[in-house]
Amino acid sequence: MSRLAATFEELSKTGRKALIPFITAGDPRPDFTLPMMHAMVEAGADVIELGVPFSDPMADGPVIQRASERALDHKMSLRRTLAIATEFRKTNQQTPVVLMGYVHPIEAMGYEDFANAAQRAEIDGVLTVDLPPEEAEECVALLKARDIDPIFLLAPNSSDDRIKKMDTAGSGYIYYVSLKGVTGAGHLDIADVENKLNLIRANTRLPVAIGFGVKDAQTAKTIAGIGDGVVIGSALISKIEANLDDPERAKSEIIELLKSMRQAMDS
Amino acid sequence: MTEKYNMPDERGHFGPYGGMFVAETLMLPIQELNAAYQQYLDDPEFIAELDADLKHYVGRPSPLYHAERWSRELGGAQIYLKREDLNHTGAHKINNTIGQALLAKRMGKTRIIAETGAGQHGVATATVAARLGLECVVYMGAVDVARQSLNVYRMKLLGAKVVAVESGSKTLKDALNEALRDWVTNVDNTFYIIGTVAGPHPYPAMVRDFQAIIGREAKQQCLDQAGRLPDALVACVGGGSNAIGLFYPFIDDSSVKMIGVEAAGDGIETGRHSAPLCAGRPGVLHGNRTYLMEDDDGEIIETHSISAGLDYPGVGPEHAWLKDTGRAEYVNITDTEALEGFHALTRMEGIIPALESSHAMAYTMKLAPTMRKDEIIIVCLSGRGDKDMQTMAQREGIEL
Ligand SMILES: Cc1ncc(COP(=O)(O)O)c(C=O)c1O
Repeated sequence: MSRLAATFEELSKTGRKALIPFITAGDPRPDFTLPMMHAMVEAGADVIELGVPFSDPMADGPVIQRASERALDHKMSLRRTLAIATEFRKTNQQTPVVLMGYVHPIEAMGYEDFANAAQRAEIDGVLTVDLPPEEAEECVALLKARDIDPIFLLAPNSSDDRIKKMDTAGSGYIYYVSLKGVTGAGHLDIADVENKLNLIRANTRLPVAIGFGVKDAQTAKTIAGIGDGVVIGSALISKIEANLDDPERAKSEIIELLKSMRQAMDS
Repeated sequence: MTEKYNMPDERGHFGPYGGMFVAETLMLPIQELNAAYQQYLDDPEFIAELDADLKHYVGRPSPLYHAERWSRELGGAQIYLKREDLNHTGAHKINNTIGQALLAKRMGKTRIIAETGAGQHGVATATVAARLGLECVVYMGAVDVARQSLNVYRMKLLGAKVVAVESGSKTLKDALNEALRDWVTNVDNTFYIIGTVAGPHPYPAMVRDFQAIIGREAKQQCLDQAGRLPDALVACVGGGSNAIGLFYPFIDDSSVKMIGVEAAGDGIETGRHSAPLCAGRPGVLHGNRTYLMEDDDGEIIETHSISAGLDYPGVGPEHAWLKDTGRAEYVNITDTEALEGFHALTRMEGIIPALESSHAMAYTMKLAPTMRKDEIIIVCLSGRGDKDMQTMAQREGIEL
């Protein structure tokens, strides 16, 4: 069983939901990421989404755009992101790591070379924002052959047909983008999310993680009541951005926020 | 070529290029757009409205002008200029914005967004939005806002809101990113008018079809005026919309050479250029697979060109396909050469070309002398140079 499947199965046994933090690899500096990943696990993270910085993050709001720019200023790349994941795995065998990014750097490396490198780094899932199932056949086959879960996004305007498509093409979990917009956008409408989740559940048995717009413990708790996992990105990266001269402080603020979310989600 | 050219496939692929590489939220809107486009493509009422607008509002057909003096001076092929500079708003861009705006209206969208580099597409979009009474927001890289301030002012006069994009390299590609972000956020009421043959399917095919009027007219005009088809077509390539507009109706005429001219900036060897077809690699950006300018890690790199409208690291996927199949040839022209083209046309024919179009002029100056006097080149004069007066004056140390 894949690490992701095992994680969601274990959580469902105890009636808990996955806490899934997202940070951009190499932000604000390359040496920040690895200890931050371990610290997030200690604070209660079940899965880590590791952002691969890209020069043109079309689906991201300003906070994650700037995270990408800071990481790229330090020459962070797909290759170096994989190196960080490899290091992480040396001391953590449990926590799934999902790469999240855009397709271009993967194409530049070559699909097969990437799949091999991801396997060597013991990556558990790959979420590529701009690679819908229609264009993903080759990449998905290469990943699945290596037991890496291809994770697809669903949006508020995804039809039932598309949900079924993601169910067939994807594995691990489905990422539900809770609002029409970019990462870090305004506030999400809980009733809308609830309604859509019913439609999604009717068409897939994969766990559903919900993200975009989760900023505080209260929202995390509410969302955890609806989905199988809560993804939190921009709110964490805002802590990095607010403390660029003091990364240690950023780290402790991130831990604090994650702990409060964990607590709220479990209570 | 015996089989008729029939690209793209129904999911927008030109061989390995093109496609629909978008975030999930945009999948529905581009499918809706495609459905609407396919419907109206064959709708006599839509076509009639489009044709009437092109005639009475844009001023089509644009002339095909035999540049006799310049041809004589260069001593080779006869040069004919397809005068897109004479269109309303001064460039070919409006052929496309008229078409897309009519689609937007039919689809019930009330808000128009666009990206722009040189500002020509922004102006052409603001123009049609004003005419149809639609809200209009134009995204423009902060660098371009500074170097094309005249067009920024024009857009504002026309009632558009111009947003200076401060992210990334602050040029056209970043404006496109920001427009996509806007679209994701406002999909329900917003129509995104892309200004070139880039973006996800159906944009590359749709924009081509709206621009193909350039080539259809030119073909008929050439037959009427010279009694035969041209031997070569030359057009500058930013995203590639004026070039594909000229080329497309000639694709099955294998005797007609097609040459796209990319911007070599300071020179291909310096790395400071905007010539993905000449010096890039295939990859995925802005919804399609095509040739891109990138570094070894796959990050898109900054481009350089004297002309804001050519300053783009990608190119329409159909050009990538035409390059690989050899049906079209792609060359490049430096900033310095483009300026020579600019001055040559201005002084020889009394026509001041846009800096983008000047790249096509400069290549024509190289090509014409290698051809016989009874051969014909059609060059797309994609726009007029009014918008570049500031840039030119600045380069020559003159304060306006
Ligand atoms: C006059 C003119 N020509 C050419 C271009 C380049 O665009 P394309 O390659 O799509 O024709 C532009 C773009 O702004 C332009 O303004």
